[in-house]
Amino acid sequence: MLNQPLKQVGIVGYGAYIPRYRLPAAEISRVWTEEIESVSQGPRQGKNGLKEGRATAAGIEKAVPGLDEDTATMSIEAARNALARSKVDPQEIRAVWVGSESHPYAVKPTGTIVAEAIGAAPAAQAADWQFACKAGTEAVQAAIGLVGSGMAPYALAVGMDTAQSRPGDALEYTAGAGGAALLLGAAGESVAVIERSLGYVSDTTDFWRRPGQQFPSHAERFSGDPGYFGHVLPAADQMMREAGLTAAEIDHVVVHQPNVKFPVRAMRTLGFESEQWENGLLVAEIGNTYAGSALVGLTAILDIAAEGQLVLVVSYGSGAGSDAFLLRTTGHLTAARMNAPSTGEYIGRRIEIDYAHYVRLAGKLAAH
Amino acid sequence: MSIASLWRTRQQRYSLQGETCPDCHQAIFPPRDVCPYCSEAAGPLHTMSGRGEVYSYTKMLNVPDGFLAQRPYTVALVKLEEGPMVTAQLTDISEEDVEIGMPVEMVTRKLREEGDSGEIVYGYKFRPVFAAAD
Ligand SMILES: [Zn+2]
Repeated sequence: MLNQPLKQVGIVGYGAYIPRYRLPAAEISRVWTEEIESVSQGPRQGKNGLKEGRATAAGIEKAVPGLDEDTATMSIEAARNALARSKVDPQEIRAVWVGSESHPYAVKPTGTIVAEAIGAAPAAQAADWQFACKAGTEAVQAAIGLVGSGMAPYALAVGMDTAQSRPGDALEYTAGAGGAALLLGAAGESVAVIERSLGYVSDTTDFWRRPGQQFPSHAERFSGDPGYFGHVLPAADQMMREAGLTAAEIDHVVVHQPNVKFPVRAMRTLGFESEQWENGLLVAEIGNTYAGSALVGLTAILDIAAEGQLVLVVSYGSGAGSDAFLLRTTGHLTAARMNAPSTGEYIGRRIEIDYAHYVRLAGKLAAH
Repeated sequence: MSIASLWRTRQQRYSLQGETCPDCHQAIFPPRDVCPYCSEAAGPLHTMSGRGEVYSYTKMLNVPDGFLAQRPYTVALVKLEEGPMVTAQLTDISEEDVEIGMPVEMVTRKLREEGDSGEIVYGYKFRPVFAAAD
């Protein structure tokens, strides 16, 4: 069922953030080759499966945060970029919501740190959302409701992560860092109108982390079907059916990107062609940015989309669920995009690191 | 710094919030009671643009507790475009690449952590200008 607010809502500003360090997948396999040989016996095809990691390791890399970066600092910069593109007075923002699975504190909101730093405090809601990789788009849905009901002129939703992975685990190939902030407001002043949205959830245990555990666990065989494909495909399908659209009528599509293979298979199944997804498919360059993944892909699309184009966004979070959004870009987009660094510019400021440097940045020496 | 003094200074640390003097119109950072330029009462709050240039810098090898994990790093005197001089760590740059007069911009980063269970302290640092389109 599609969600429709009372007042139509749009994205009035958007901003990306991607840290500058890059760890090539080939560097991970160099260090862990023997480990991989011993655990990759037999067929396995999970989320970020080892076989995929090895099969596609050439040229693939992930973004790694610096020593002084975390989900709070990265959210602040993405939010400042969204504000710069909007020209909104931050004192008019009534909610600062950050979706992540790597909040710096277990108890104390990231949202208040971001709200204070961008000048949105004190007259605002500020909280953190948790839904694995769907936390960011869940915040977007809530922000649509807040603005669309007339409770708030503007609400900021962020999806940002510095994804954790156990050293040597399959997840290490792709667990990246980055995300995006969307400032939502009235459709009339937006760079992209949110025409429709919907959510699709079920209780599916494919990836989780218990309290006190530093690294997540995952059920390899479960994470493709019924996890990822069991939510992304029906959410997208339902959106297209209820909107009366075929894949060919949609200009750009971006879905959650745990690796290269899953999103490409999903988008192909839905009837899309590579020209429709190439601008938003960033996982080979920055890794899986978890709660930031679909949203940072959307920012890369907004960086190049023309006026009046349709964009389909579908997130996925383990546990499990998808949010789908249908956007139409407006005439404000071209001028607004110039007011902050593009997602491509963030990807371009690339500093390659080796595994030793990665261990230092990730604090893994202290953890083991 | 105590939790109380960190709390009082959060806006100047996160976003370079200073003041403008109502009498001599100088930008003031950090905010204070009396204008350092004309000695009148300091004025309304004003957030600095965050842009400036490196006036001087030094590489830090011997660092205080709480900063050990980040060493070595570069600390600079940054002259803000509004006038005030601030001392801050440079980030997203290696020391060999720092030059006097280099244009920099403010970013909010993690300054230090008070151990594994204490407060995480955020504040301003400066990096080489990375602005789109200008
Ligand atoms: Zn004065």
